[in-house]
Amino acid sequence: MNRPALSYLRPLVPALYIAFMLLPIYWLLNMSFKTTNEILGDFTLWPRAFTLENYVTIFTDPTWYMGYVNALIYVSLNTVISVTVALPAAYAFSRYRFLGDKHLFFWLLTNRMAPAAVFALPFFQLYSAVGLFDTHLAVALAHTLFNIPLAVWILEGFMSGVPRQLDETAYVDGYSFPRFFGRIFLPTIAAGIGVACFFCFMFSWVELLLAKTLTAVAAKPIAATMTRTASTSGYELGLLAAAGTLTIVPGAFVIYFVRNYIAKGFALGRV
Amino acid sequence: MTKTVNQKAWLFVLPVLILVAFNAFIPLMTVVNYSVQETFGDNTFFWAGLMWFEDVLHSPRFHDALLRQLTFTFTILAIEIPLGVAIALTMPRRGVWVPVCLVTMALPLLIPWNVVGAIWNIFALPDIGLLGQVLNGLGFDYNFTRQPGAAWFTLIAMDVWHWTSLVVLLAYAGLVSIPDAFYQAAKIDGASGWAIFRYIQLPKMKRVLTIAVLLRFMDSFNIYTEPFVLTGGGPGNSTTLLSIDLVKVALGQFDLGPAAAMSLIYFLIVLLLSWVFYTLMMRNEDS
Repeated sequence: MNRPALSYLRPLVPALYIAFMLLPIYWLLNMSFKTTNEILGDFTLWPRAFTLENYVTIFTDPTWYMGYVNALIYVSLNTVISVTVALPAAYAFSRYRFLGDKHLFFWLLTNRMAPAAVFALPFFQLYSAVGLFDTHLAVALAHTLFNIPLAVWILEGFMSGVPRQLDETAYVDGYSFPRFFGRIFLPTIAAGIGVACFFCFMFSWVELLLAKTLTAVAAKPIAATMTRTASTSGYELGLLAAAGTLTIVPGAFVIYFVRNYIAKGFALGRV
Repeated sequence: MTKTVNQKAWLFVLPVLILVAFNAFIPLMTVVNYSVQETFGDNTFFWAGLMWFEDVLHSPRFHDALLRQLTFTFTILAIEIPLGVAIALTMPRRGVWVPVCLVTMALPLLIPWNVVGAIWNIFALPDIGLLGQVLNGLGFDYNFTRQPGAAWFTLIAMDVWHWTSLVVLLAYAGLVSIPDAFYQAAKIDGASGWAIFRYIQLPKMKRVLTIAVLLRFMDSFNIYTEPFVLTGGGPGNSTTLLSIDLVKVALGQFDLGPAAAMSLIYFLIVLLLSWVFYTLMMRNEDS
């Protein structure tokens, strides 16, 4: 380990990677502050004619800003539904053996593997048939397809890390199951719940194919609004870049909240 | 940990079961239904047996798309896994830079997938993009909208940009769980850097890396939005991966029968390969 020259170079690897990561994001940000003329006219490394016009358009035009509101509504709805139903299921998988438990667990995971493209058309028909087409609930429910399995997987990982003695002691102390679950168990795995919420938020927020298929006007997410703009009104790249930049904000915000659990969380509690 | 047998645990699983069954079972049955029928577009259906499955399995178009898909998936796995491990190994373990690194690295993971495609589109365009301008300025003839090779390069670069962080975060989680005592013991024994990696760090990362491979495999096999926005599957069909081809058949040409048969074959391939990974992973967990 006596290679001081090499150890000075060590931080270079993550530094270079972060630079590579930030470059495309910088380019997006750069473009969002330019006028259409500047984007198409000259090649400039930073905006010469700095403008906030693109952002003003987004914040004043309801067809734009409602896209964010819609997306946030169905993402939150999905997170609540997924984590709520996943909690008891994950507890069952982590604590009990029952008929078909292993097969059931794998079957749940297979839904995480299903290509969204396979389900796009049948989902459209199913949600139209039950009268939920173009509602926030439709997208929230559709996204449970891949978020519930993931939430169960993550929570099961965190719950298996809690020793069974905790449960047994609580019963000896006379706790009923609901009281034990709510008062003792849930606070113990609070970090796991936070991580599960983060993942549900993340995958529901980034998914577009199903969200786009299941909405028309009333619940259309921002990401779908962007594809429409790109195709109908030609190249309004500045506006597109501004809308793109704003889609990064909620994610960055959420990451900041879970920053201390992020590493363990990405390992699904299994380290 | 020993688990007690309790059949009532089914009640805990029931809500999950109902919701997922509604979402997975009914649509899957719709697909199965379409896959064995022929229609002439007037809402009348005829039994077609396994005709569509035979058609798809023998179609050169499907073979090409599958081959492109496998090439893509194994290329990004071959780049992202070693790169992610290398970055995780060189990242600081403590200090102020840890949250900075973690938060910035998680950033691409939370960008909507079509925005990822759009970012790389405007970043790589030869006339207005930074990457395109720089590459052409350096003397490369680079235009990803016209050249299949350049399109593939951009596609791979985009996926590496998008997902390597996931591998980094997973590998890092495995690394920080190694107690300091392990390293001290290795130091006393005079172990080389390679020996530390091979006998301490790699075994500790094995489990999380299996998760990384599994997740990256599943997600890259199902990739649709990013390449669709970036290249639209072009130029020609050169970057038409399985999902893009499937959506073209299903929603573009409305050939429901072939599309449904293709869906099922596609799903079965993902399932089979994932099952192999899953079995390996669970074997690791048990031992």
